[in-house]
Amino acid sequence: MSSSTGAEAPLLDVRNLQTHFRTPDGVNRAVDGLSFHVNAGETVAIVGESGCGKSVTSMSILRLIPEPPGKIAGEILFQGKDLLKLSDKEMRAIRGNDVSMIFQEPMTSLNPVLTVGRQIGETLRLHQGLSGAQAEAKSIEMLKLVGIPAPERRVREYPHQLSGGMRQRVMIAMALACNPKLLIADEPTTALDVTIQAQILDLMRDLKHRVGAAIVLITHDLGVVAEVAERVIVMYAGRKVEEAPVRELFSDPKHPYTQGLLGAVPKLGSSLTGEETRLAEIPGLVPSLKTRIDGCVFAGRCPKVTDLCRAVAPALEPKAPRHTAACHYAEKELMAA
Amino acid sequence: MSATLSTTPTTDSATSHGSAPGKPLLQVDDLKKHFPLRGGLLGGVTGQVYAVDGVSFEIAKGETLSLVGESGCGKSTVGKAVLRLFDITSGQVVLDGRRIDTLPQSSLRPMRRRVQVVFQDPFSSLNPRMRVKDILAEPIRNFGLAKNSADLDRRLAELMDTVRLPRDAVTRWPHEFSGGQRQRIGIARALAAEPDLIICDEAVSALDVSVKAQIVNLLQDLQRELGLALLFISHDLAIVEHMTHRVAVMYLGKIVEVAPRRSLFAAPKHPYTQALLSAVPVPQPGAARQRIILKGDVPSPISPPSGCRFHTRCPYVFDRCRVEEPLLKPPEPGFHAHTAACHLHDLPADQNPLAGEASPLH
Repeated sequence: MSSSTGAEAPLLDVRNLQTHFRTPDGVNRAVDGLSFHVNAGETVAIVGESGCGKSVTSMSILRLIPEPPGKIAGEILFQGKDLLKLSDKEMRAIRGNDVSMIFQEPMTSLNPVLTVGRQIGETLRLHQGLSGAQAEAKSIEMLKLVGIPAPERRVREYPHQLSGGMRQRVMIAMALACNPKLLIADEPTTALDVTIQAQILDLMRDLKHRVGAAIVLITHDLGVVAEVAERVIVMYAGRKVEEAPVRELFSDPKHPYTQGLLGAVPKLGSSLTGEETRLAEIPGLVPSLKTRIDGCVFAGRCPKVTDLCRAVAPALEPKAPRHTAACHYAEKELMAA
Repeated sequence: MSATLSTTPTTDSATSHGSAPGKPLLQVDDLKKHFPLRGGLLGGVTGQVYAVDGVSFEIAKGETLSLVGESGCGKSTVGKAVLRLFDITSGQVVLDGRRIDTLPQSSLRPMRRRVQVVFQDPFSSLNPRMRVKDILAEPIRNFGLAKNSADLDRRLAELMDTVRLPRDAVTRWPHEFSGGQRQRIGIARALAAEPDLIICDEAVSALDVSVKAQIVNLLQDLQRELGLALLFISHDLAIVEHMTHRVAVMYLGKIVEVAPRRSLFAAPKHPYTQALLSAVPVPQPGAARQRIILKGDVPSPISPPSGCRFHTRCPYVFDRCRVEEPLLKPPEPGFHAHTAACHLHDLPADQNPLAGEASPLH
């Protein structure tokens, strides 16, 4: 964990998060010992492939994991308070208020039988005690904020009357209605077309400046990460394998998995620069999370694997300023004392 | 041929295939598919969805043509029409010199063998109650390709080798495989019929980054080894650029631009293509790119806009675009392989923002 040097405590401080699921054939360690922090107003991206635990992490922060079969352990400190110790009632006062979430599927995460205004207004009535009329007025304001044309009309419409991009804007309006301090966006643009994705990313950047919320962006799209994030956490098989400021991560990835991921993505414009190569493959598959892995989680697919990797799990250690990676062989740079 | 498959001579000679007077493998002429909308008290037809509204293109043997565009532009409908999963409204689909859109079902079967498909979702496109060997044997049996059961077994083993799966996995069930492995099975099933053309309908879109790279590499290898033609339907421009020879860009049921790959990415001639290229997030933090953010959404294909269908969102729109529909034509003489449907190219070059190399990727 690279703790910030400032005296101020981070907004969100996740310590040794372990989210396990009991299944008929063993315990699935979806998230296994994850620690990270998010400062106020910062955008942190969590990247990784399906099954790496990134969505489970986001669900764990808001305690949306059904228990049982799930079990969340560790500490999730939000403004110094451990969310895992709160009662259900206290937790409800935080969800959608101080911490809110945008889900991937704008089609399925809106209620089809309620108007858009009702759904945005719900959080406002609940958390801020607004009356119906006040909530509607605020809903219209929020729709305007997220750039929906004719908000007075749209507020009375149902989700099916909106396009995918507009539904995602409604989701964002809902998430921002109570001025959250932390916004968790789980693949917010994955289901959208590129031109709409560009609109939504632009909107998120713009709103971030205006609203000042910290964002945890969960995504598998390295292009989106490069465009929005300030700091990046790379997850693999339930663990953090690398963390770095966005520029360093892309220019100098330390972990072989991150290097593999970056090599596997074709870059737009490659036919123009002549830097076309065969895409790098990461051979093999993600290991099963149901068996305990003693060594490095990436050992089975790593091109540089040695016996040490199979036996001893590498610790996350600093490899460069503000740059940590969990690899025995990642080179270390000389660091200023 | 080196490892950089995409830079093989075919990349640019594909255009000469296209323009050669010889017959292309697949030729689609003015294809239209309109879906009737029903409603009202008696369930009468109240309108039409103009899903595909006049699309023409051709694919040479061994060539990859990518059909790109956003959801609802009709690219998958084109794929299904070529597969003849439904009857088309008008137009022609010609496979190897023979019209297949009018063939009766009985004589269609042999043609079906030659055009196969790989679908997007490897989880729903394999029958969960069939073992891999039955999934792969079905097309071989249907088209009578195996001489006897020994030949069938040999073919199954070969197919598994071709898609880089262990031979003994044929006795397993689809649920025992990961997404990438299932997609390999889907590809093997398409190859089982020994087709000339495979339609890949978002075949890699649902896969994870590292697995996607494996499947893209596999498709490229197979194309080289087997001389397959691919109709690669995708919304992922970076993947398309990586593996295609030519690109056709669709918007609201029409092709707005067709070009050889390098020409399209270096100098898009349609404002929509330009915006599309600029909208793709690039995995390069701080990359200073001019971004064209289109306003609004794609209009409804039930009542497409008059004139140019893109005029409601086009940053360069002028009066003519609203009334007159631009035709797909070469923007400059002698540049016959790269065509775009845009009135801007009738303007003098100094008033045309798309003259020269207007790619946002430079």
